[in-house]
Amino acid sequence: MTVFLFELRQNKLLLIIWSVVIAFMLGIAIIIYPEMAPQMNEIGDMFADMGSFTAAFGMDQINFGEFWGYFAVECGNVLGLGGALFAAMTGIAALSKEQKDKTAEFLLTHPVSRSRVTANKLAAVAAQIIAVNVAVMVVAALSVTVIGESIRLREFSLLFLAYLLMQIEIGCITFGISAFLSGGGMGVGIGIAIGFYFVNILSNLTSELEVLKYLTPFAYADGAYIVSNVSLQPEYLVSGALFAAAGIIAAFAKYTKKDIL
Amino acid sequence: MNAIETKNLTKYYGKSRGITDVSITVGQGDFVGFVGPNGSGKSTTLRTLLGLISPSSGSASVLGMDVLASRTEILGRVGYLPAETAFYNGARVRDVLEYSARLRKIDCTAAAKNLCERLQLDMNRKIGELSLGNRKKVGIVCAMQHSPELYILDEPTSGLDPLMQQEFFALLQEKNQQGATVFLSSHILSEVSRYCSRAVVIREGRVIAADTVDALGSSDVKRVTLKGADGMPRFDGISALTCDEQSLSFLYRGDSKSLIAGLSQLSFGDITITDPPLDEVFMHYYAEEGESK
Repeated sequence: MTVFLFELRQNKLLLIIWSVVIAFMLGIAIIIYPEMAPQMNEIGDMFADMGSFTAAFGMDQINFGEFWGYFAVECGNVLGLGGALFAAMTGIAALSKEQKDKTAEFLLTHPVSRSRVTANKLAAVAAQIIAVNVAVMVVAALSVTVIGESIRLREFSLLFLAYLLMQIEIGCITFGISAFLSGGGMGVGIGIAIGFYFVNILSNLTSELEVLKYLTPFAYADGAYIVSNVSLQPEYLVSGALFAAAGIIAAFAKYTKKDIL
Repeated sequence: MNAIETKNLTKYYGKSRGITDVSITVGQGDFVGFVGPNGSGKSTTLRTLLGLISPSSGSASVLGMDVLASRTEILGRVGYLPAETAFYNGARVRDVLEYSARLRKIDCTAAAKNLCERLQLDMNRKIGELSLGNRKKVGIVCAMQHSPELYILDEPTSGLDPLMQQEFFALLQEKNQQGATVFLSSHILSEVSRYCSRAVVIREGRVIAADTVDALGSSDVKRVTLKGADGMPRFDGISALTCDEQSLSFLYRGDSKSLIAGLSQLSFGDITITDPPLDEVFMHYYAEEGESK
């Protein structure tokens, strides 16, 4: 618990900045909807004529002229990508930064087992991701209320649950990689998050590439699918859970035996 | 039970040598210096004792416990000061000391305050603002505030001014008199000869000497100075040869018969043979194998 609380304290500022930025951007996107609503049908028609591009972003499944269709796409853009980047950066730094900053020698010469350190840091990564998502969800709910739309509780909850799970998966995968790094690795983390995003776009383009959906957590955090079907896609959730578990196992296996040089 | 005991401890980093067959014994209550040149394996040995790195072969026990099997228990009873003290930049000194105490699940408030006063360390300063010496002091307080049974210190005085070095050794001696064991690595040979009762010398990953400081100092190494010599001495056991217009001087290690036989081949006006100061003896151990021949 000591390491967990210290991690949260250390990352407090970063957590606040990311929460504020993502919540602010999503809030703004929601607040401007009433002004954009009259043009939304035209924008929807325009996207409908763009073939693969429309499918790539899942916009073929939703009505862009309707608030929840718009919300699903915006939520995916802002919370999906922003949250994925935050999760990747938090996960990749969790273990590697101790070696990069040479504080591992301080931490790991205290009477705390390495598995406990790893567990505390993993819990801190998860807690930070949850904190960002809760903050963004509260701001989104308030913004939706402010513009006079009624909250569709099921769609709303499923959307935020899917994005939370997606970020947790990315956090776990990058956390696992973090155990193998001795330097910073921030570029690796950002690359992984963006890589997953583009793999999802590719998988939406043609049915031959659909198998790629098993590789990317963005597949089950597909706002357009969630809003139009009011459900998540369990097959992708299962593969995502396996990747997350692999990340956690790799982190414990490596970090508990790693030489701290 | 020894405070530290290693048997044929070996560590390779891939194909690179770390340490080879290091066997060290440090008794409880000892004050032992661990000396050797850069890259000789001092830090590798200390890190292995703390479980930071795993040995390739051999074994090590600290306070009677195996370093791999009982790492957490050992760390609870050891105070460690790394050569490079690094802490969390945004934190204050107080935060780091409290974090260290909380990780040990003990209240060290009074001890930390006392140590900070003696080392003149402001607990309210931010870590990022501290000089190298002050960061070292934070490391010293972290290593000492829980009054461990064994101190493992890696170049503890680097970065400290002479007054602080004196205060630091005064603290260590107090702890040693109270029964704690001290095992410190150092480049500063004078501090090892002044404060340590025993010394272990390591070179190129291997322990080449381990004894009391007095015994090491009264080794068979002699400083030989010749005045008016007609040539250079050429026999085994010579190192650290220096010469000027009037005299030449060298360290000799070997039996006296060989020395006399070697000197008889030279002509010289005057000769003095003395015990070299301890620093010089250590330097002799530091010297490369080839250099000493």
